[in-house]
Amino acid sequence: MVKNKLSPAARREENWGWIMVAPTIIGLVVLNLWPFVQTIYTSFCEHLGFGHYKFIGLGNYAEIFSNAEFWKATWNTILFCILTVPVGLFLSLLVAMLLNAKIKFKGGFRTIFFLPMVCAPAAVTMVWRWIFNGEYGILNQVMGTHVGWITDPRFVMLSCAIVAIWSNIGYDAVLLLAGLQNIPKTLYEANSIDGAGKVKQFFTITLPMVSPTLFVVMIMRLMSAVKVYDLIYMMVEDTNPAVTSVQSLMYLFYRESFIAGSRGTGSAIVIWTVLLIGLVTVIQFYGQKKWVNYDV
Amino acid sequence: MKNRSLEASQKRMTVITYAALIIGALIMVFPFVWMILTSLKTVPESMQVPPTILPKELIVSNFGEAMKSLPFLKLYLNTGLMIFFRVICAVAFSSMAGYAFAMLEFRGKKLLFGIVLVQMSLPSQIFIIPQYQMVAKMGLANTIFALVFPGIVSAFGVFFLRQTYMGIPKEIGEAAYLDGCNQWQTFYKVMFPLTGTSVAALTIFTAVFAYSDLMWPLVVNSDLNMMTLSSGLATLRGQFTTNFPVLMAGSLLAMLPMVILYLIFQKQFIEGIASTGGK
Repeated sequence: MVKNKLSPAARREENWGWIMVAPTIIGLVVLNLWPFVQTIYTSFCEHLGFGHYKFIGLGNYAEIFSNAEFWKATWNTILFCILTVPVGLFLSLLVAMLLNAKIKFKGGFRTIFFLPMVCAPAAVTMVWRWIFNGEYGILNQVMGTHVGWITDPRFVMLSCAIVAIWSNIGYDAVLLLAGLQNIPKTLYEANSIDGAGKVKQFFTITLPMVSPTLFVVMIMRLMSAVKVYDLIYMMVEDTNPAVTSVQSLMYLFYRESFIAGSRGTGSAIVIWTVLLIGLVTVIQFYGQKKWVNYDV
Repeated sequence: MKNRSLEASQKRMTVITYAALIIGALIMVFPFVWMILTSLKTVPESMQVPPTILPKELIVSNFGEAMKSLPFLKLYLNTGLMIFFRVICAVAFSSMAGYAFAMLEFRGKKLLFGIVLVQMSLPSQIFIIPQYQMVAKMGLANTIFALVFPGIVSAFGVFFLRQTYMGIPKEIGEAAYLDGCNQWQTFYKVMFPLTGTSVAALTIFTAVFAYSDLMWPLVVNSDLNMMTLSSGLATLRGQFTTNFPVLMAGSLLAMLPMVILYLIFQKQFIEGIASTGGK
């Protein structure tokens, strides 16, 4: 008997351990683990209504894979990542470096850049819809253009990407700033004696030293970009003719599952998205060896 | 001579830094300013070409109209209650589990912690359909409970607080134990009070996350009186396609409580959310 090998104190400790994790574990099993299994199962079923399901094998997958709207949503999601992540990271790093300089009102600037983080996307997208409005929006008036920023299929993705970048810049910059502040000042001092220029300094010291933080921020940003939903949902309602040009996988999932009521295909779309996330993660972890510097 | 040119270039750098930061800050602030200005204009004025920057006269009736089109008091209350219960649950359960995973030895620990990690690495949408079916089956759609439901446990909270407890020397717990505290007393009276900063960070993170969440409240509470600020605001989107002053007033009303809290507790918000970074 294994149990007898434990001293009374160790057994008490074990009991307390189980008691203290019990609420969390029970909650996770009921709220997450079991639903996870159910969603996988549902993706192989047809929803007959009122929570009744019929097993149909790969039928849902066959259906979504032959659906042009699904492939468009997959491409939109990838495009959204391509448009928002690199530019967003670049701008956040720039802001972080500016905030890392010897300046006054550092706290004030930080507060301003971070502000969108505490505003619900539902609220901030409202003003962006107004700014981007094709007829009376301030953007067209200032630029003297007449572009339907959120109704023209050619521009709608760009508009959403701008809002996404604007929303996340402050948060990413604060994380990167912490990474920059960890770089020992002596590295720069030694380097400036060598007479290296600022640009060279950036590539030889700053970038390699901040690369682990940059990597974490990039992963986080990629993951949330693959799952993007609320921002696009708020910017472009499903009656907007441009919706197919910007609809992400999670937006399509929401419409399929809760508006069209076909939970089988909805589940298949989520599973597909999880596979996509898995693929991105694998690529990242192989790719990081090439540029992330862990020797510091 | 060389020194002076170095000084001049340093000065130039400072000027460029300030200029870039000020331009950036203006871009960040502009949408908020425009929101406020528009909310104070009449509809015809908001559509005027060329646009007016400042309202000709300050109109507050837009706020009244926003309050009429959405039951704001209810939305505040629902959102507040959802946040309150989610925070209590997240802090209580995650502290207990975080402490146990960091400090105690028990069989199955690795496997059970694995469940926490699995939950964290999956997107929340994968749970939504079954979670919704559970709530519907219990007949609890359109309740505060439904809003709180997926947030009763927080895998992220467990992970985050475990990290915190691992940073506390085990000797502190052992000393309390030798003084006659049992495991629960050691946790509750000695260890938990040491985690204030992390608990505050988790509280802010949980609150902001719950407040911003859109898909779950939309799915589970379709009755306007049981919506959150986010999902309630989403219903205005299609209703007012031209009345932007009212939309802006409504958005301002929805944002105001969190922004005020943020401006009061800036440091805690920024450092708290940043310390939970990576999620």
